[in-house]
Amino acid sequence: MGAAHTLHGIGLRWLEALTGSAGLLDSAPRTVRVADAPLGAEVARFIAIVPDPDNRFPRARAGEVGLDEALGLARQVRRTIAEDAQRGPRPIIALVDVTSQAYGRREELLGIHLAGAAAVDAYASARLAGHPLIALLVGKAISGGFLTHGYQANRILALDSPEVLIHAMSQQSAARVTRRTVEELEQLGAQVAPMAYDVRSYAKLGLLHRLIGGVNAAAPAPGDLERVRAELIAAVVEARAAPRDLSSRLTSAAALAGRAASIAVRRRLAEQWDAP
Amino acid sequence: MSTAGERQRFLARPSFIELDARERACAILDPGTFRELAGPFDRLKSPWLPLQGVVAQADDGVVIARGSIEGRSAVVASIEGAYQGGSIGEVSGAKLAGALELALRDCQLGRPVRPVLLLETGGVRLQEANLGLAAIAEVHAAIVALRRHVPVVAVVAGLVGCFGGMSLAAALCSRLIVTRAARLGMNGPEVIEQEAGLAELDAGDRALIWSLMGGEQRVATGFADVLVEDDAEAIAAEVRRAFASPAGPPRSEQVETLIARLAGIDGEHPPEPAALRTLWAREA
Repeated sequence: MGAAHTLHGIGLRWLEALTGSAGLLDSAPRTVRVADAPLGAEVARFIAIVPDPDNRFPRARAGEVGLDEALGLARQVRRTIAEDAQRGPRPIIALVDVTSQAYGRREELLGIHLAGAAAVDAYASARLAGHPLIALLVGKAISGGFLTHGYQANRILALDSPEVLIHAMSQQSAARVTRRTVEELEQLGAQVAPMAYDVRSYAKLGLLHRLIGGVNAAAPAPGDLERVRAELIAAVVEARAAPRDLSSRLTSAAALAGRAASIAVRRRLAEQWDAP
Repeated sequence: MSTAGERQRFLARPSFIELDARERACAILDPGTFRELAGPFDRLKSPWLPLQGVVAQADDGVVIARGSIEGRSAVVASIEGAYQGGSIGEVSGAKLAGALELALRDCQLGRPVRPVLLLETGGVRLQEANLGLAAIAEVHAAIVALRRHVPVVAVVAGLVGCFGGMSLAAALCSRLIVTRAARLGMNGPEVIEQEAGLAELDAGDRALIWSLMGGEQRVATGFADVLVEDDAEAIAAEVRRAFASPAGPPRSEQVETLIARLAGIDGEHPPEPAALRTLWAREA
């Protein structure tokens, strides 16, 4: 195991812990891992992104979602939709530990924005087709990585653990861009909730369905796995009973305060939508 | 530009790029039908910018306008590139997502609405990080759902271009119209230079940047549908054409095609932009 693997291997660790498989497929790059495992009375499909220090694209070697990763996600999710078209949509669990999208000249030339859109499209289509789509944040959920792997979920769950970091830009990059220190950024995050990286601040925004406490993200114990499975099963039940859109992110108790402006804007638009 | 008459006409064309977000929305809608929703007088400002010493604008840099396009009910969402780089914050993002969600509701009720996105954005507004990113995910969700009812048409005219999570939104649309001044990419050149170094990309090299992600290259390599001049009338006409002609399957659904064409590329040494055009030449 290389350093990158040890550093960013949380997604793989959780995939192996929850499914008993490393999820390697012939139809996917080594970075896109897919495994099926029982979840309650049914079988769910688990998907994780795993770093590959030998990735054929040099800018996607540390757990970023690059061109192959995004298109690999799109293919595997679309295959899941097709396989279940006759027999009922199974739950899809996105295990989220993604450092960001891949930043590079090759990536832009070859259209990483479209590859990312293909992943978003596949996940959104799965949700619209009735697959309960649950994102479980076990590590980093940063920027384009999160958009392409997890942010289209009916329900977002997260471990209450310091490994779980959510943001639009990695802490190091944001510090460089804004010419602040990481410590200054943390101070700012304490005052301005959407600027924070930690999962407890994120929970205040109302986007999170459940914050799962007392679980060791880096090294889950058997008891942790049972608790997480129970939370996933409950989220699947709730997702099946609710609309297939993302509206729960605006109706949660935390959203009433954390996303008050998002709600107010929608109310105003609805009031004015039809001509007086 | 062969005759003096044509040159004259070119010089006299009404520029679209020079218009602000409100004027752009007007230019797309049928004359006299523009009606702004959640406008500046509603004073829906960013609650987060003042906490960080930035003055919040009364429309948060997004104009939502109802009206008609060829007599049919329409909504235009137009981003103001001059305000905070067209960045997506909580309010501006909610305006975009909320407008698309209402268009979806009307479509589901059997009242089709023609949606047009005028994209001029650097992506997430860093000062509202997680709420901007969340709003962009909601924009994505709304486009995918709405596209099943009606074409969702996007225009990237320039000069800001379309970056970050909003470049994915552009790629999700049924039809994408660009000018030569447009740039479309997930990561802005400055961000790449900073993250990966000058050897990876020199953000000051304009010719290089446009060769990678400029409007002409994007159309030539199948990432956008139509290349138009910077002409407000021509752009409005292309938007109308997009609603008139049946839309094929969206490019973001063409997963196997995208995988196949990427499989032939050397990840360490990909072709130069001009060679990629030949390789991925669009079918006429």
